[in-house]
Amino acid sequence: MKVTFPHMGNMGIVVKALLEELDLEVVPPPPITKRTLSLGVRYAPESACLPLKLNIGNFIEAAERGADTVIMAGGIGPCRFGYYNQVQREILTDMGIDLRMVVLEPPDNHIGELLNRVKILTGAHSWWRVIKAIRLAFVKCQALDDLERQASRLRCREFNRGDVDRVYQWGCEAIDKADSVKTIQRCRDDYLSRMAALPLDHTGRPVRIGIVGEIFTVLEPYSNGFMEKSLGRLGVEVSRSLYLSEWVNEHLFKGLLPVKGHRHTRKLATPYLSCGVGGHGQESVGGAIEYAQEGFDGVIQVGPLTCMPEIVAQSVLPRVEKDYDIPILTIYVDEQTGEAGLMTRLEAFVDMLERRKHRKEQAAR
Amino acid sequence: MIRERDNQNPLYLGVDVGSVSTNLVLLDERGEVREAHYLRTQGRPLEMIQKGLADLARRYRDEQIGGVGATGSARTLASVILGADVVKNEITTHAVAAGQLVPGVRTILEIGGQDSKLILLRDGVVSDFAMNTVCAAGTGSFLDQQAARLQLPIEEFGGLAERADHPVRIAGRCSVFAESDMIHKQQMGHALPDIIAGLCEALVRNFLNNLGKGKALEGPIVFQGGVAANAGMKRAFEKALGHPVVVPEHHKVMGAVGAALLARETVQRAGGLTRFKGFAMASEDVRAGSWECGDCPNLCEVIEIVESERPIARWGDRCGKWENSLAAIQTERAAEALAELH
Ligand code: SF4
Repeated sequence: MKVTFPHMGNMGIVVKALLEELDLEVVPPPPITKRTLSLGVRYAPESACLPLKLNIGNFIEAAERGADTVIMAGGIGPCRFGYYNQVQREILTDMGIDLRMVVLEPPDNHIGELLNRVKILTGAHSWWRVIKAIRLAFVKCQALDDLERQASRLRCREFNRGDVDRVYQWGCEAIDKADSVKTIQRCRDDYLSRMAALPLDHTGRPVRIGIVGEIFTVLEPYSNGFMEKSLGRLGVEVSRSLYLSEWVNEHLFKGLLPVKGHRHTRKLATPYLSCGVGGHGQESVGGAIEYAQEGFDGVIQVGPLTCMPEIVAQSVLPRVEKDYDIPILTIYVDEQTGEAGLMTRLEAFVDMLERRKHRKEQAAR
Repeated sequence: MIRERDNQNPLYLGVDVGSVSTNLVLLDERGEVREAHYLRTQGRPLEMIQKGLADLARRYRDEQIGGVGATGSARTLASVILGADVVKNEITTHAVAAGQLVPGVRTILEIGGQDSKLILLRDGVVSDFAMNTVCAAGTGSFLDQQAARLQLPIEEFGGLAERADHPVRIAGRCSVFAESDMIHKQQMGHALPDIIAGLCEALVRNFLNNLGKGKALEGPIVFQGGVAANAGMKRAFEKALGHPVVVPEHHKVMGAVGAALLARETVQRAGGLTRFKGFAMASEDVRAGSWECGDCPNLCEVIEIVESERPIARWGDRCGKWENSLAAIQTERAAEALAELH
């Protein structure tokens, strides 16, 4: 069995750690490139959303490298993602690519359900081994999130363009190689301090933007046109409402692990959106409110074009914008998103926030 | 290079290089437009910038230029060639220009050749904006196409629309449907002015649906961009919004005006020094090249500008390695610190 999975930010490193711990042969898809996207666009239905297209591209490229089994998460609630694994199977079968799909769906009531699904892959391993593997993978996940958080915060302060990203990259590689909880944590601390030791400019007071939206497009830089990087280089301190470890915990472990959850976020959203609308619609609304309360200067909502939960969220965000006096920019992405147009909108948004902030500070004086 | 300006009557050069047009303006210290040049880009932005510069070089001297601003989709290119003091996106420059020419403006409608924008301002600061870059039915080139199909010069288009008695309703969500619907209405025997007025209204509906969703469009309202010259479009906007719409005199070159205004602001803050490279750049041997970097999976399209065999700028790389390889800002201290870390 040669197992592969779709990319989503740093998830590759985490899944690889999990599967290798269980002695499975892993064939990660090559990093997402233009080729990945064009393969996905060619074989996926045109109206499907960007995550599906990139997933298909990942699977095709992984199959080319010999993968025969896919492991991926499923979705619940009124979002198309829930049936994407069936759609993907059909598309690949039509293409003559034979991949077995193992779908990890969020457990309905008990964590044991998830473990049972993992067991399909693990064969004869003891529960103890399985849990140990999950623990290792999860520690990696948290370490990567910590590095990512710091990179988003520091990028706007670097003197030399690219320094933060280079150190961040080295950090990810080191964590990828680390094989025990101890070494992972040592890597994490090491690269966090290396990043902090870079030549940084701490004199300015940068504009702060929070990113909310659909999980794939928030987590996978390729899908959002490397938005966090671009914003950092425009001098913006960036924060994200969603990190992989939080999602894994809430989605797969039913919030069992000691990780910040989104219960509070969803509660904040209820005056505007009283029930779940699938995907991360409710979290997008609540996240925007959280950022406003924390004194951020603006919020960017990002989602795939035609993403229903995000469209619902977008329709109530103007009220949040007004009630909390915080500008919100919505950006939908698909394979036709031009990088130039995206940059122009980001620049204009940052300009707008800077002028607003400047004015507020003057008024306060 | 940083040069001192002639403090007597400095002029500010604003350049807006878009996919359809390349505009250059000269503003004086008071913000009055002295010169406005409108050129077709025709896929050759570099040449057009140089051509525009050559036109100005005949009547102005380097010392008269007190500052330079660049905007538009090829703003980086323009800024490298000219030595711009400020480089800004089109939304900011359009807002700045409208605020200067129409004090108190709260809504800006902008339709250019390839895109359209809606900008809202409160107390002179942009408070919200939307930009359409995908839907062709809401842009100037669609109007151009339809005018050509009806064999009407675009200048007559707007005037004809004003003579309409009963504008026909045309499906305007998508340019393909709009066109076939228009042909259908023609075949049904509707009068040309009614069809043209209907087309303008369809465009306006498309604009408001795409960009104006859920936003309160308050007056004063300014309409700018190439399409603002079209009286039929102005009227259609007024009808849809129930509010008078102002078309400023320099509506075609507002981006360039805004860039020049921002250049004035920047240079004044910097103590009156400009980076303007001089009119000689009009005849310099400048070329642009590009390649795909294969050093990592990003496969960036790196762009390089070469002036007399010497690379003067590079961009497009996500990692900064090509850009930094030229940058003088790489201080020794930083380089050492990085080496230590790895
Ligand atoms: S320019 Fe940098 S980021 Fe882009 S492909 Fe080359 S090495 Fe990768």
